[in-house]
Amino acid sequence: MEHIRKIFADERSDDHNAVGVSIERSDGLGHVTGKTQFYADRHYPGMLTLKMVRSPHHHAKILNVDTSAAEKMPGVVRVLTHADVPSNIYTILRLIQVEPNDEPVLAVDKVRFKGEAVVAVLAESEAIARDAVDAVRIDYEELPPVFDVEEALKPGAPLVNEYHGNNYFTYEGHHCRRVRYGDVEKGFAAADHVVEERYSSAPIEHAPVETTGCIVVPEANGRLTCYSNTQALFFTLDNAGLILNTPFQRLRLIGGTVGGGFGGKVDVITEPVAFLAADLTKRPVKFSYSREEEMQVSSPRAAERIYIKDGVMNDGRIVARQIRLYVDAGAYSRHSPYGTTKAAAHMPGPYTIPNVQVDAHCVYANRTPSSAMRGFGVTIGDFALEVQMDKIARLIGMDPMALRMLNAYRDGDAKAHGETTKGAALVEVMQEAAKLADWPLDGKYLSESSGKGG
Amino acid sequence: MARVPVVFTVNGTEAAEFVEPGAMLSDVLRDKLDLTGTRVGCSQGTCGACTVMIDGELILSCLTPAQRVNGKSVVTIEGVATNGELDPIQQAFATGFATQCGFCTSGMIVAAKALLDANPDPSRDEVVDAISGNICRCTGYEPIINAILSAAAERRVAKSA
Ligand code: FES
Ligand code: FES
Repeated sequence: MEHIRKIFADERSDDHNAVGVSIERSDGLGHVTGKTQFYADRHYPGMLTLKMVRSPHHHAKILNVDTSAAEKMPGVVRVLTHADVPSNIYTILRLIQVEPNDEPVLAVDKVRFKGEAVVAVLAESEAIARDAVDAVRIDYEELPPVFDVEEALKPGAPLVNEYHGNNYFTYEGHHCRRVRYGDVEKGFAAADHVVEERYSSAPIEHAPVETTGCIVVPEANGRLTCYSNTQALFFTLDNAGLILNTPFQRLRLIGGTVGGGFGGKVDVITEPVAFLAADLTKRPVKFSYSREEEMQVSSPRAAERIYIKDGVMNDGRIVARQIRLYVDAGAYSRHSPYGTTKAAAHMPGPYTIPNVQVDAHCVYANRTPSSAMRGFGVTIGDFALEVQMDKIARLIGMDPMALRMLNAYRDGDAKAHGETTKGAALVEVMQEAAKLADWPLDGKYLSESSGKGG
Repeated sequence: MARVPVVFTVNGTEAAEFVEPGAMLSDVLRDKLDLTGTRVGCSQGTCGACTVMIDGELILSCLTPAQRVNGKSVVTIEGVATNGELDPIQQAFATGFATQCGFCTSGMIVAAKALLDANPDPSRDEVVDAISGNICRCTGYEPIINAILSAAAERRVAKSA
């Protein structure tokens, strides 16, 4: 542990005592008495319910939208289509220079996933809003969908998202996020074994107990206040301002109480249209996902498919690692171009390998757009990498812990993406873990460290 | 549709409201009586967040028409503390980290109260069974079970004192 103390010498004293004890939450008493106020616990006179008319198809052209019957229903205050949205096409991460804008607030001429929002209705009650949704007529012409990331990249696959022109996100002119370090082919040629495996995961829904939603209240001074359970207040504020084409200071976001997020509430989806609806009707507006919407249309963790090919020596050294990784973004970018970059940068895991090649693809398919979830871009990759490590250990008959120790990065080691390792603590963490798990670690690994040359 | 009168007791106080026929108890509690501690996570009887007691029995208020509580006595999370004194269950949840986001907590505590009112000394399995209709997505089940067991012990001590 000496090495670790040195790293943090100027950052902390060693008398910290929070780990391993329960500390009472500052919001705990509010939670146990029911007094904590979630966004939906507010009531305003005249509050309207917003509900979406959603696509029943995975991929279809919109031929005609007829809202006249819904508009005539008593209790229906307003019906919104894409034509009502000042700047309809956006992408959340444009705030950090991700382009192009690729997603409509309300669908224009085409739907790209089942459940995509096409028309918003605003009514005096939830029951009326539901009936009004049923009264909107939309004619579609179905298009062939594509659901599989590798199918989507084949020539002749249906084009999912025209704003990209291809079924992939373009990274600085390349069809994937690439990492190139050394020469993997040379590594494979020199290796005693080549281990090649395929790993895949399904989308995972966060399923928070509180569904996604917000309430927007028009203020007397012309400003709009939004009570939201978003995990990303400032992304929401700026994107909503751009979508409404209104100065940011007109919009006010109040959040902080989230009934389960896990990354599932970072997308900017319910607030812009609720802001717009409140602005146009001059009435408070509530837009809450039903449980069905939460499961069907809120972003899940992306499904991933990962191919790992490793060149391994008899003594356990990994001399080459080649990765082909596909992130299923669904129909729109949201946070996936960033998640895919993270996935690429995370490779080849916390190991020093002299030859590395990574192709990480952010792929569009006719599925629910995926987005953030606890460690997205890294979690599934780590699963694949560590299962691969166990497979290698079994193949060459080596203790899996020793295999990881041998290949673990140390301070000063070059990483595949060009940075130099510093502040590593992997060896020490594994030593502690081995102790706690009573794992019989070979004595020579007990004296090693993550320090330079350790 | 003509609204209908509903008269019932909630947390010891009489409530009288005109409700739409078919209005759910959860909506009446939250929207008319401002008892928003009863949370709604699904409106379809699957999550347990809306759990309250009617005449001592646990029910899901999102599936219970308000008219059904006419003449009955309802206890919500707001009625678990007495005269501002937290119930040992509430205290144990707060100190034992049995609540994270808090959205399932009201339903969990009401379910725990129904259990301990009927069975002051439950086994761990009985506690698990009692909260099996309540989903916590912040994965706090272990601390929740431990909190209920320690609250049971606390309540027994308080009673014998
Ligand atoms: S809201 Fe009643 S069970 Fe989920
Ligand atoms: S504490 Fe968040 S759902 Fe239980």
